[in-house]
Amino acid sequence: MDLWFTEYYTKNARFSIRINKPVISVESEFQRIDVLDSYLFGRILVLDGYLMLTEKDEFIYHEMMTHIPMAVNMGIRDVLVIGAGDGGVIRELTKYDSIRRIDMVELDKLVVDICREYLPQTSCKLDDPRVHIYYEDGLKFVRRKSDEYDLIIVDSTDPFGPGEGLFTREFYGNCYKALKGSGILVNQHESPYYPNDARAMQRAHKQIRSVFPVALVYQAHIPTYPSGHWLFGFASKGLDPIADLDPGWDSLGFKTRYYNTELHKGCFALPSYVKELLENA
Amino acid sequence: MDQRRAPVYEALEKHRSDRIVHFDVPGHKGGRGNRELTDFLGPKCLKADVNSMKPLDNLNHPVSVIKEAQLLAAEAFGAHSCFFMVNGTTAAVQAMVMSACKAGEKILMPRNVHISAINALILSGAIPVYIDPGINNRLGIALGMSIDDIKRGMEEHPDARAILVNNPTYYGICSNLREIVRLAHSRNMLVLVDEAHGTHFYFGDDLPVSAMEAGADMASVSMHKTGGSLTQSSLLLCGENVNCGYVRQIIGLTQTTSASYLLIASLDLARKNLSLNGKEIFNRTIELSEYARKEINSLGGYYAFSGEIINKDCVYDFDITKLSINTRDIGLAGIEVYDILRDEYGIQVEFGDLGNILAIVSAGDRAMEIERLVSALYEIKRLYAREPSGMFELNYINPDVVYTPQKAFFASKKSMRIKDSKGRVSGEFVMAYPPGIPVLAPGERITEEIIEYIAYAKEKGSLLMGPQDMMIENILVLEG
Repeated sequence: MDLWFTEYYTKNARFSIRINKPVISVESEFQRIDVLDSYLFGRILVLDGYLMLTEKDEFIYHEMMTHIPMAVNMGIRDVLVIGAGDGGVIRELTKYDSIRRIDMVELDKLVVDICREYLPQTSCKLDDPRVHIYYEDGLKFVRRKSDEYDLIIVDSTDPFGPGEGLFTREFYGNCYKALKGSGILVNQHESPYYPNDARAMQRAHKQIRSVFPVALVYQAHIPTYPSGHWLFGFASKGLDPIADLDPGWDSLGFKTRYYNTELHKGCFALPSYVKELLENA
Repeated sequence: MDQRRAPVYEALEKHRSDRIVHFDVPGHKGGRGNRELTDFLGPKCLKADVNSMKPLDNLNHPVSVIKEAQLLAAEAFGAHSCFFMVNGTTAAVQAMVMSACKAGEKILMPRNVHISAINALILSGAIPVYIDPGINNRLGIALGMSIDDIKRGMEEHPDARAILVNNPTYYGICSNLREIVRLAHSRNMLVLVDEAHGTHFYFGDDLPVSAMEAGADMASVSMHKTGGSLTQSSLLLCGENVNCGYVRQIIGLTQTTSASYLLIASLDLARKNLSLNGKEIFNRTIELSEYARKEINSLGGYYAFSGEIINKDCVYDFDITKLSINTRDIGLAGIEVYDILRDEYGIQVEFGDLGNILAIVSAGDRAMEIERLVSALYEIKRLYAREPSGMFELNYINPDVVYTPQKAFFASKKSMRIKDSKGRVSGEFVMAYPPGIPVLAPGERITEEIIEYIAYAKEKGSLLMGPQDMMIENILVLEG
């Protein structure tokens, strides 16, 4: 049988993964959720036709979203994670004994239920006693919070569906308010390459820059995301991701596969065309 | 009748599948003659843009599918007859006024009528008798008419032919329509209702009474505002006391003879949708706007008003689907919040005046959009709030109508300084927002009080509109 999953990056470019068998396919109140078994990338999660993660390369995304801010402020105690229904960010966060509370806000309970059942690789730590899961709109949750978190991680889908509200100025503004004085916001920042993704990336940067005094962007190479070149946002009320990098992080002795503190310093160095896009955002 | 039917839509679908060869207008011939427009609007849209023809009926003389669609709409709205309007509710309001009053006849109306009603007076030559709409100075908005004022107006002008009522106003405020109908009918006056903002009254639960249910004689309903049809399409509803043949002739005076089938079909399908799903749609709307109101009121500094302003007099009832938000306590004008929402947050609301913004909530909204609005309002308060400025108090000035709006509109006029214009007759409008009522209409005496009022409103930052001189230093007055 010749079965393929295909995602269109643009009308004229697509990416396909050969599928062994579909695992489950359901329609939630918000989106269509598919889990498929592929030959090369292991099990994959697809939302509304967009590839969210593969077992093979999810470590890159989840390590980069988590360890970058954690290594800048090792005193982080209270964390808010928005989205992240697959549990990958939670898995990385629970490695830190210093964290005492992780509030996770996911709009779609069905995503969490499906990941718990079919993607244990990422969802394995959702039952950690420090994790509190709230099934509601991220914007609604965060606007009721004030001066409460050291770190907010926004692990959202693209800004063209249920995740739209998480790319707005009002969302970032309310995150600012929810953060303590040393607070950091890290977000999924789209890709600079294909035009639609690049525009979303520029819009997000423009909004974050208007709210946070420190608003930087870092990158990683994620083979199964459009163009493979993916960006993340690092925004804070003052902490600088490189100057404030805590050398003590290495002594924690975590075995990471992508992240390390050398890469930490390098990933904020961006290609010239990306810098230009950000400057013109 | 079977409300699941949509006769005009069905006829258009059949027409499309019949693949008729067109040697008639429109010349774009199903879009082939204008590629760029077809790419923009889509081929299905262009193919539905056709001219009147036998199987599709004719809006100016409906005998088949349009007639049937209008009857279905009449039934759905509880009316005796119904006209599809393709030139907006403006045309419907004008048709009501011109059907009810000939030149020189009187019509009672609240001072905060829509400009279309006063323009109808210019067309018809009818004489307005204005009723004080009452003003809420805390909110800076004009309200509804009190029954005592209406009674007095009717007693002083027993020869008036009709009374025009807003049901509701832009801000969702309703007068006591059933009582107005009773008073008017006991004096042989017709009741004309501007329901530009009231389509949903016919379908939702817990909403103010609709014109037809209250027994009014005519109502203009903006289907396109909250009913889901295309912009510019509207309904004129008539009760049994109305000679609908005469109304059709009046409509025909100004209506196009090439009515758009896109608009007509959108009315047909919107009516079908409201008949079948309206209750659910508007209950959802109420749920969303009540939620938004609760959240916005808990932010502090904003006042999203609702049923608590009902006083059973000039606020007889309130339309809870309307989300009007008073911004005075955060020290920002409504128009400033309107601009910040648009420019900084990408959120477009309907209207902003000195004290309020008005957000239109509909079943087309999702919880996400409501959250965005609420969050953005919070952010605006956090980032931009100032000390509230002083109260802005305006009282109602009873206008002295010297000439009909028609006579004044067509008279010879000259420009002069407003401050020197005491005693002259105004040749143009001066509108003030707030409270959204005319200070002067064409044909009215300019008094000392009015000159002071204009100066005061300007000084307080009220938005003045109407005169040709946009600085509002000069005004056109009647010569002689």
